[in-house]
Amino acid sequence: MASLVSCPHCGSRPKEEFTVKGAALKRPAPDAGQERWMDYVYLRDNPRGAYDEYWHHTSGCRRWLVVTRDTATHEIAASRDAALDVPETRA
Amino acid sequence: MTSYRLQKGGLIDRQSPLGFRFDGKALSGFSGDSLASALLANGQRLVARSFKYHRPRGIQTAGSAEPNALMTIGTGGRTEPNTRATMQELYQGLEAQSQNRWPSLNVDIGALNSLLSPFLGAGFYYKTFMWPGALWEKLYEPFIRKAAGLGKASYEADPDVYEKCWAHCDLLVIGAGPAGLGAALTAGRSGARVILVDEHALAGGSLLAETGSIGGATAAEFARQAIAELESLPNVELLTRTTAFGWYDGNVFGAVQRVQKHVAEPKANVPVERLWRIAAKRALLATGTEERPLVFGGNDIPGVMMAGAARSYLNRYGVAFGKRAAVFTTNDSGYALARDLEAADVELAVIVDSRADTAFVWSGKARLIKGAFVSDAKGGKSLSGITIWKDGKTETLAVDALAVSGGFSPIIHLACHRGGRPVWSDTHSAFLAPEQLNGLSLAGAVNATSGIAACMAEGAARASALLGELGFKVEPATFGAVEGDIAAPSAKAVWSIPGIKGKAFVDFQNDVHRKDLGLAVQEGYGHVELAKRYTTNGMATDQGKLSNVNAIGLLAEARGVSPAEVGTTTFRPFYTPVSFGALTGAYHGDHFQPVRKSPLHDWAAKNGAKFVETGLWYRSSWFSRDGETSWRESVDREVRNVRLNAGLCDVSMLGKIEIVGADAGEFLNRVYSNGFAKLPVGKARYGLMLREDGIVYDDGTTSRIEEKRYFMTTTTAYAAGVMNHLEFCSQALWPNLDVRLSSVTDQWAQMAIAGPKSRTILQAIVDDDISNEAIPFLAAQEVSLFGGQLRGRLFRISFSGELAYELAVPAGYGENVADALMEAGKRHGICAYGVEALSVLRIEKGHVTHNELNGTVVPADLGFGKMVSAAKPDFIGKAMVNREGLIAEDRPQLVGVVPLDPAQAFRTGSHILAKDAAATLENDQGYVTSSCYSPHIGSTIGLALVKRGSTRHGEDVMIWNGLRNEYTPGRLCSPVFFDPANEKLYV
Amino acid sequence: MRYSALSVFLNGLRGNKGWGPAWRSPQPKPHYDVVIVGGGGHGLATAYYLAKEFGITNVAVVEKGYIGSGNVGRNTTIIRSNYLLQGNNPFYELSMKLWEGLEQDFNFNAMVSQRGVVNLYHSDAQRDAYTRRGNAMRLHGVDADLLDREQISAMLPFLDFDNARFPIQGGLMQKRGGTVRHDAVAWGYARGADMRGVDIIQDCEVTGIRRENGVVTGVETTKGFIGCGKLALAAAGNSSRVAEMAGMKLPLESHVLQAFVSEGLKPFIDCVVTFGAGHFYCSQSDKGGLVFGGDIDGYNSYAQRGNLATVEHVAEAGKAMIPGLSRVRVLRSWGGIMDMSMDGSPIIDRTHIDNLYLNSGWCYGGFKATPASGFCFAHLIARNTPQETATAFRLDRFARGFMLDEKGQGAQPNLH
Repeated sequence: MASLVSCPHCGSRPKEEFTVKGAALKRPAPDAGQERWMDYVYLRDNPRGAYDEYWHHTSGCRRWLVVTRDTATHEIAASRDAALDVPETRA
Repeated sequence: MTSYRLQKGGLIDRQSPLGFRFDGKALSGFSGDSLASALLANGQRLVARSFKYHRPRGIQTAGSAEPNALMTIGTGGRTEPNTRATMQELYQGLEAQSQNRWPSLNVDIGALNSLLSPFLGAGFYYKTFMWPGALWEKLYEPFIRKAAGLGKASYEADPDVYEKCWAHCDLLVIGAGPAGLGAALTAGRSGARVILVDEHALAGGSLLAETGSIGGATAAEFARQAIAELESLPNVELLTRTTAFGWYDGNVFGAVQRVQKHVAEPKANVPVERLWRIAAKRALLATGTEERPLVFGGNDIPGVMMAGAARSYLNRYGVAFGKRAAVFTTNDSGYALARDLEAADVELAVIVDSRADTAFVWSGKARLIKGAFVSDAKGGKSLSGITIWKDGKTETLAVDALAVSGGFSPIIHLACHRGGRPVWSDTHSAFLAPEQLNGLSLAGAVNATSGIAACMAEGAARASALLGELGFKVEPATFGAVEGDIAAPSAKAVWSIPGIKGKAFVDFQNDVHRKDLGLAVQEGYGHVELAKRYTTNGMATDQGKLSNVNAIGLLAEARGVSPAEVGTTTFRPFYTPVSFGALTGAYHGDHFQPVRKSPLHDWAAKNGAKFVETGLWYRSSWFSRDGETSWRESVDREVRNVRLNAGLCDVSMLGKIEIVGADAGEFLNRVYSNGFAKLPVGKARYGLMLREDGIVYDDGTTSRIEEKRYFMTTTTAYAAGVMNHLEFCSQALWPNLDVRLSSVTDQWAQMAIAGPKSRTILQAIVDDDISNEAIPFLAAQEVSLFGGQLRGRLFRISFSGELAYELAVPAGYGENVADALMEAGKRHGICAYGVEALSVLRIEKGHVTHNELNGTVVPADLGFGKMVSAAKPDFIGKAMVNREGLIAEDRPQLVGVVPLDPAQAFRTGSHILAKDAAATLENDQGYVTSSCYSPHIGSTIGLALVKRGSTRHGEDVMIWNGLRNEYTPGRLCSPVFFDPANEKLYV
Repeated sequence: MRYSALSVFLNGLRGNKGWGPAWRSPQPKPHYDVVIVGGGGHGLATAYYLAKEFGITNVAVVEKGYIGSGNVGRNTTIIRSNYLLQGNNPFYELSMKLWEGLEQDFNFNAMVSQRGVVNLYHSDAQRDAYTRRGNAMRLHGVDADLLDREQISAMLPFLDFDNARFPIQGGLMQKRGGTVRHDAVAWGYARGADMRGVDIIQDCEVTGIRRENGVVTGVETTKGFIGCGKLALAAAGNSSRVAEMAGMKLPLESHVLQAFVSEGLKPFIDCVVTFGAGHFYCSQSDKGGLVFGGDIDGYNSYAQRGNLATVEHVAEAGKAMIPGLSRVRVLRSWGGIMDMSMDGSPIIDRTHIDNLYLNSGWCYGGFKATPASGFCFAHLIARNTPQETATAFRLDRFARGFMLDEKGQGAQPNLH
């Protein structure tokens, strides 16, 4: 990536300030069944192209972000606070 | 040795002579010289030996593409192998050594390889040296390794300093030649933030070697004035001696500035090199072109030089590259040199122009032969003559210098660093930059524009357009009329030259000649990438700057296709090699990583602590006392004393997280596998945190300080990871929960006070009643200290298995509080204890750490099956913790292990085998996760993860440490060696 | 033509005109018994062993670029078998044994150099972890030696023993570990397979997997449809993309790992050394360049290039380990695309489609595994049962909870 990552709170910041976790997947409901959970924990689309990922602005605002990034070109199309992505298990 | 220095001319300071040495020989040059120009001025033609055949080599270029003139400069920790003489500025006292020759540059035994060259063709080593197999490492490889390689690096530490920085700009201009100056002047006048970098000491690029004029001033004078203007502009940063080496994502450029590589004695407080990461809104590549060699016999003999380089030495440095010269060209640029040579009264014997139909009108004195080629150059260590081939007839001519121009390759290196592929242009006989570069544009010769005026105008126009995109309004700068410029429009490339007799080199440094490329095609390695790997063409320190395009042309001819079809190998950073020092900056030695010190560090130090690196922390290992001769003696004493009296241990490094909010309890209930919903205010609880895959992640205690306020401790190693994880859970998984998290690790000094007398000692400084009734086991509450002077948090928790407390006080008071406790505890026999004793105490008690939480165990493996709540609807790890493999019968489980003979010790990392079982991997039952000498048990004890361990207490086993030939008969047992009924915790 | 000192001599006398192509460039036939997707080290090795050990010669290797264009030509050339877990260790030792006889076996000098691999440790905890690992190796008959500070200092006196932030305490050494000339591995296997009848088809990209009645019948390629009895995927880096053509989603992410080479130097470092206090491992090629690398860049990527921050981290660790590197210059960096699996270990298995076989998930350990991977994959394809050292590399191990997690990092690929 991106030598610079755009944080919705802090602006364009060096990549070194961030930690990447991986695919931004929706956590299944606790009773979603083994197959759904297997999919969530272990299987990845791993696309060549646009990909939503969890990035943490570890050495900045400490917010988790969902960053949309192209895995072939490393261009970042968008980033937003992870809390705005409503997960499935939200009560 | 005769001097080749001209009587006048050049941008050198003839009033400032500089002495230097080459291979021990004292020579002199002038301020403004490069090492190469000074060597040439002294008539030193032979400067290096080639890699494989040890052929004599001279200076071929005047820039960073130099493949031959590599030298070792400096001494001791400043030894710098493979330095390009063409890029090294001369300084007083410079010491340069030639490389890869024995016993001397002049007499090099390795040159015998040339005689064997029929057998040393491309890839010969893949076909032999295989028998007998054992001889490869013993004989062939050491010999090859010794013969290979260039300069010799020093093992000594570098005495100089380096630094790294960031810079931001609107426009980055790379290259300060005609196009770059045109762009920088335009941009500079707009008020935009401009950075102009150039790899040479003097900005000006080709203008410095030019004899034409611009607006009536000489080209060099024009450049000087342009630089002066740029330097006067506060919004412009001019970085000379700075190479932009890579183009990275986000339009960030890496550049290295050689701040003090041109001085005899670097200033101690100034870096010798500085690494720049330049984030540019727009960037303009104005890097010009690389002149291509021509592939004829003996094209590597000292005295053969690129025409542009010869012109640079002539005009910029005032050095003639020979006494009787010839020019061999495929394009008009050779005539510019020819004109300048004659103007400087250097004898020019002949101009050989490959074009029969050239329209250039040569009005000089030298003979011009059109439609002809230099097929061979003659000479050993210095050029003595050339063979000229025309229409099948040859003629030989005695010359001592030959300038060669095979056309120009735009320096598009950086433009290709982000995945774009170069595009072949038949019109220009060159590879041009990829199209649609995001954030990067090109101007000038790198864009296949020719002529000074056109390049300057294009640079100015591009800068104006790029800044326009950013909202700056600026007209392109205009310049006076250019006179005397012999522009060289693109001409047809010449790959194969007829009539060659000698070895015709393509890659000079790696000794790849044209037949090697033919052999590669013949053997199926015709793909450009395979040919590169098979022949090593382009893999030398110049990364094929001179050789790649010629190789592509020759491969194309051999395969009968266009260079477009052959394509290029991949351009990758670094444009020119970058030192570890520059890339490292200050992050080396004991500054490699930052240091974290506990607020009790000084307290520990004055109490005699020996410290140990633990992650970034320095932790106190043990506290030696006078008369103690080994660490074990100290640790045993500390352990005994804690169990007998009391001890104080710094536990400030534990991760500490404050968790507040209306839903904090619910949050904890979801991140721990065991229940936290019902934890009352004033109580602490041990918690187990799983990963989503059901494996144990971390453990620690969390206390409920107030209704909506919790205080979590984590292990030292996972403090940062747990914080990130909790933030993820609260922000990404459950943003609707009312929870806020703060890392407070650095805010609290925390000390464990353990041992039967700990309560008595604590009571001396705690105002509140801390009797067993008031503060029972697992109580957690705020307390008043020193008669109300200070408030702290007191937790009755125990890692040691003793009556114990942890007291947290604001970090700044830590040392005073610890002092007060030591003072109060003196008469009760308190001692300070370190992590070694802490470890013994916890192993005796069977408490786990990350030795046991090894990233592959589930709670049940540790006997914590009941801490996986069945009642909770959801927590991290719940869904996956019961998979088949994680509940399998033969999973490793936590046990204790002791030696049958108490006098026999064993070590952590030993494996457990069933008694009398053969030592095979199939019989491996598990391993010792932690071990120590237990003063309580009187022998070494250990914790181990052993298959079905919980059912095997009492079984005799072998504790197997084949690495050290230690085989200890032992017995599995309960992991709790001390106070299994937990009576001590509740007293 | 057999390669030997004699053939080099005789051909040299005749101006090297007699050498034929190392492998043919055939047009694809309409149908093969086995089609292997991916002309990298693993795919070519699979073809070689299918032909040589299992007598299956009607085989095509289809490669979208040139052979060896993937990770077999983009690694730091290290071979070792110093693995911890029972599911891994015997497999990598099989690989080491195959390396030890490889050149004579396929008549190509790949410069297998057993110069030793040393992993440094800087703390008691690391020492204990290496004790555990070394003993696991010893239990399987793999050579391992635990060296103390003095032994390391005698062997590698130029490491930083005096001024280090994390002082070196010792190291775990595998003397049989070392390096191999990576490109030559691909070439040797290609030539060996070709000689036994395997068709190596370069510049042939697979664009689809054709299935009829639930079984794979062949692949659509840029050179047309190629039918097959069995289809074997060995497209590391792009495994997810190829598997998707068969409707499969894999437990993998593709990550970029950078590697580096310095300018050529006279012999500087004899063995392979791995830093224990940062991400840096280094050896020196026979040509003289220091070949080194570090950690993955950390994000999903199909671009074979990395970022500058990682370059800096690697250099920092390098100079922290060897202060003398300060004035050595780094010549080139490049990036390879790794199949990072969810437990850090590979997959060699059949799939839910009967005649579709999968070889993937090598993380950054694929190069050293090349011979055994090819051998075991060939075994699986030929016999339909896993080779005995590769039984743990099952695709269903994640669903069933039998992960092979050497580092204990769990289901986050960028941590392995």
